[in-house]
Amino acid sequence: MTTTWAQRRKDRIDDLSSGRSLTGEAFQRLRRNPAAIIGAVLVGAFVLVALLAPALAPHDAAESFPALRENLRPDTIPGAQPGFPLGSDQNGRDFFSRMLLASQQTLFVGVFATVIGLAVGMVIGTVAGAFGGWVDTLLMRFVDVLLSVPSLLLAISIAALAARPSQTTVIIAVAIVSVPIFARLLRGSMLAQRESDHVLAATALGVKRNALVLRHMLPNAIGPVIVQATLTLAASILDAAALSFLGLGDADPGRAEWGLMLAQAQSYLDVRPALAFYPAIAIIVVALGFTLLGESLREAIDPKGRR
Amino acid sequence: MRSAARRLSAVCAAGALAVTLAACANSARDDGTAAQGGAGATGGTLVFGAAGAPKNFDPIFNDDGESFRPIRQIYDTLITYKAGTTELAPGLATKWESTPDGKTWTFTLRDGVKFHDGTAVDGAAICANFDRWFNMSGAAAQSQMIYYGDIFEGFAKNEGDATGSPLYTGCTAPASNQAVVTLTKYKGALPAAFGLTAFSISSPTAMKQYNANEVTQSGDSFSYSAYATEHPTGTGAFKFQSYDRANGTVTLVRNDDYWGEKAKVDKLIFRIIPDENARKQELAAGTIDGYDLPSPADYASLKAAGQQVLVRDNFNILYLGINQKNNPALKDLRVRQAIAYAINRDALVKNKLPEGGEVATQFMPSTVAGYAQGVQQYPYDPEKAKSLLAEAGASNLTLNFYYPTEVSRPYMPNPTELFSVISEDLKQVGITINPVAEPWNGGYKDSVQKAGKQDLHLLGWTGDYNDAGNFVGTFFGREKAEFGFNDPALFSALAAADATPDPAAHAAAYAQANQDIMAKYLPAVPLSSSPPAIVVRSNISGLVPSPLTDERFNTVSKG
Amino acid sequence: MLRFVMRRLLQVVPTLLVLSALVFAWLRLLPGGPASALLGDKATPEKIADLNKILGLDQPIPVQYVRFLGRALTGDFGSSLISGDTVLAEIARALPATIELSVAALVIAIGLGIPLGYLAATHRGRPLDNGTIIGTLVGVAVPVFFLGYLLKAVFAVQLGWFPPSGRQAVDIDATRVTGFAVLDGLLTREFDAAADALQHLVLPAVALATIPLAVIVRITRASVLDVVNSDFVRTANSKGLAPSTVRGRHVLRNALLPVSTTIGLQVGLLLAGAVLTEKVFVWGGVGTLLADGITRRDYPRLQALILLGALIYVLVNLLVDLSYAIIDPRVRLR
Repeated sequence: MTTTWAQRRKDRIDDLSSGRSLTGEAFQRLRRNPAAIIGAVLVGAFVLVALLAPALAPHDAAESFPALRENLRPDTIPGAQPGFPLGSDQNGRDFFSRMLLASQQTLFVGVFATVIGLAVGMVIGTVAGAFGGWVDTLLMRFVDVLLSVPSLLLAISIAALAARPSQTTVIIAVAIVSVPIFARLLRGSMLAQRESDHVLAATALGVKRNALVLRHMLPNAIGPVIVQATLTLAASILDAAALSFLGLGDADPGRAEWGLMLAQAQSYLDVRPALAFYPAIAIIVVALGFTLLGESLREAIDPKGRR
Repeated sequence: MRSAARRLSAVCAAGALAVTLAACANSARDDGTAAQGGAGATGGTLVFGAAGAPKNFDPIFNDDGESFRPIRQIYDTLITYKAGTTELAPGLATKWESTPDGKTWTFTLRDGVKFHDGTAVDGAAICANFDRWFNMSGAAAQSQMIYYGDIFEGFAKNEGDATGSPLYTGCTAPASNQAVVTLTKYKGALPAAFGLTAFSISSPTAMKQYNANEVTQSGDSFSYSAYATEHPTGTGAFKFQSYDRANGTVTLVRNDDYWGEKAKVDKLIFRIIPDENARKQELAAGTIDGYDLPSPADYASLKAAGQQVLVRDNFNILYLGINQKNNPALKDLRVRQAIAYAINRDALVKNKLPEGGEVATQFMPSTVAGYAQGVQQYPYDPEKAKSLLAEAGASNLTLNFYYPTEVSRPYMPNPTELFSVISEDLKQVGITINPVAEPWNGGYKDSVQKAGKQDLHLLGWTGDYNDAGNFVGTFFGREKAEFGFNDPALFSALAAADATPDPAAHAAAYAQANQDIMAKYLPAVPLSSSPPAIVVRSNISGLVPSPLTDERFNTVSKG
Repeated sequence: MLRFVMRRLLQVVPTLLVLSALVFAWLRLLPGGPASALLGDKATPEKIADLNKILGLDQPIPVQYVRFLGRALTGDFGSSLISGDTVLAEIARALPATIELSVAALVIAIGLGIPLGYLAATHRGRPLDNGTIIGTLVGVAVPVFFLGYLLKAVFAVQLGWFPPSGRQAVDIDATRVTGFAVLDGLLTREFDAAADALQHLVLPAVALATIPLAVIVRITRASVLDVVNSDFVRTANSKGLAPSTVRGRHVLRNALLPVSTTIGLQVGLLLAGAVLTEKVFVWGGVGTLLADGITRRDYPRLQALILLGALIYVLVNLLVDLSYAIIDPRVRLR
């Protein structure tokens, strides 16, 4: 059921898939683009914090401390004190450590959702693109249907259909949203390359089909995939936060993840706004970073932008 | 206003058969500015925020607080509860007495009380209500009479498998101001249960006119009659005007002929605002005058903003359930006691439960007759817990701990956070916790109560009326998948206590049962009682918070 | 064209059948069915089993599905477990609310987005351009539910300019004609009601508009840049036409074509965003029905929402395709 409506979304993806890999020329353009620089700095800082979080965080994310629980009431949450620079969270845990450790979990949710979406999308897209024919038709019909449902609605429906909410269901729900995007992207890239000189040359040299696809065609599709993955990461983090807000999120109270913390802090907005604001600001900054970077990358490799 | 008058006159014309013209004139006047009738009337409109939509307005087909809130304003019960307590007080009946065997109840009715449709509340009308419940036909209708099934156990003709033999045999009206209800046996829940909102008295004329008994299956649910949805007719201080489903507002108007203290405001609007933060912001913005169940986290900021947080008395229990079936170690009393010693309940109450919350020493609040003094205590003692576990050879205990998500109940405002605190305590004594979260409406109750999949779980209960049987009897009166033990001695002790008519002996029997439960059985760990609150703006007075959440708004005025 | 419409409509039938069967089976396999929801806190395992029998939920799923299908074909989707009202009536009431909100958000997004995008393009690479791009992207990066809370806290509670939530003040007793509150107020000449409804509309519409706004700005900017660099504009410029004429008649008009198609695409996004926005602003629309239905596991409602959603979606797609064929002669319908 191809519709003009869904067509637009496809066109955008197809434009991207016809782009070339990131060449030196593209990097040159990126370095002159302030949006790209801001995005890269934000993303870099986030990844750095996430990787170093276990070393930086003074405490465990799930442990509660008598010193904090001493003055903890439902309507008063102790603020900063020696050893706890940001004070307590709603359960007497160290908010500072949780903020730091949450960066890792947030990155984990974003990356995992993206990787799963990418992996499944890659299989579908590569198979469809490499084989063509009825395999292509069938797979793309399925992809188009998925693509035509608004992404957050799709994630909500999938998460709601899970029997037990958990981090896994959130990741899967968010990942499925990006499957059709990656599938279409890779298929377009495969189709474009099937007729290209280097593939024809490899075929002529007798390279087997599997090797041809994996060693000669896939690597050339990597540029657009990186762009899309960057954008998907931002969307995944935001979608996961939305699912948590709707009560469909991770149910493990010990886990620190920004989206989850923001959703759980909804009841404490008047008691300690920091519990909501810090995770919210963190999410906004990170999502902005990935989006800026992704959009700049897209512009850099988009042939239309090269006038 | 224009349109209100327009619509009202249409209703009056349509309902002219039953509704007297005088009533129409009255309500039309209420819509005007001047306050009519009612001594001490202050007039005005009170807007109160509700957390959810009512299902319908026929008392007998409801069991939830959101439906009961408007129903309590529209209807009265034979016996009511003294405002702010669980003590019985005269309602439509000024006097009630039973024969010593508890099988015959005689109600003397208040004189001159009229339903909103102008018909009289007499013995025949009371009997018509009882007979209607007893003779209700249709499996659909019977299944939805949840409180009736609970108290009166069965129907004239049972259409479901899970219904027992009926308690009710008949009702006669020897005089116009008398109704005599006869039962098959003594029931501990009575007379308190006559005051349940579900047993509110409806106008037989209106019920007949609007086919009140029509409950039809509609897909996987039921749909109700015009009586239940558009024409609820009781005797209460407010009359039903409209339920605007699109805007989520239930509008009630003052009943100028009310037999008791007439309502002070002209109009009472319940506005449905499901989002917690939205209710708070509406109150802060002044668009509502109060709301029910404020989050415990907001008490301080609400008070700081000058609002009144009215804390109800405790009438609920939160417990940590223990299922003895799946893990053999839990059959050992010492292990269950170790769990009780391991939990720092004082800290739990202090950290996570609202003002007025208390540690529970047994499975009922202290205000219920049968509450035992000197039950075995389990103060926080992690060392003792560890040694008990070691003694029982259960030092390496791994337990599946179920807790619900997507729910907030007065006894557990935030289950996830309570779970988090309790499981941390249990981990400290070396118990490994395997957390299992399930949505409250999406399988939690099934897993815990029906399938008994858990080792530990969080659950609680809010009392319906002041009787010990409503607490311990509900929990441990029979073999349940929830707790996974079968102890005929305990079951028969509780049954015997329930069947004792003499109030003192009744209480003593339950007190003994409570002692035994805490010392010998410990089938679960009672954790806490925590009161729900209600919040109103500073200019609102006269609202009396009730432990049964049975608030009547006739005494409320807007300054 | 008629044949095209017929064929597309025929394609819809199997799609909906398969979808409904999947949704139906899945919802029934999930734990916590209607019976335990209907029986509330007093539910016992025996009573649940009993009610399941009464409702026919003990029958095999295919049997239940056929029965459901039979009812659904006559327009009977059953009643909601939460409200007791029929699901169709609920949706009929909620739909105008959602449409009203979405339209308002779209008006804001278009009204702000096109001028901003145009300005960004004509100031390419300058601070105005970078500022607009980054600003709109920040809007996208803020979780909608958090933005909603902030808007309420500042503009409703602190400043008191707008009501915090709901669609209409309780003291306004407006007559309903279409279910669109603002429109109804104008139609019945109850201007106080219309003004009140409009006031309620502002904050949620702004919150909902942030994402489409960013998209419209970006597309407008890109397509203005495309057009500015095109041959016919260069020709127009070299012909010596006044810059304002070039801008108005050539650049803007041609640039708006791709923008208008993008706007169509935004409708889907708006519906998704509406779930969060409606929850925060207690807006009685379809999003609220869905969110509530999910948390309280109202299976009859979810079932009907998903199916009707799919149906409406398919029909709207068809209409959009038809309208393209009418607007753009290059599109041929087969």
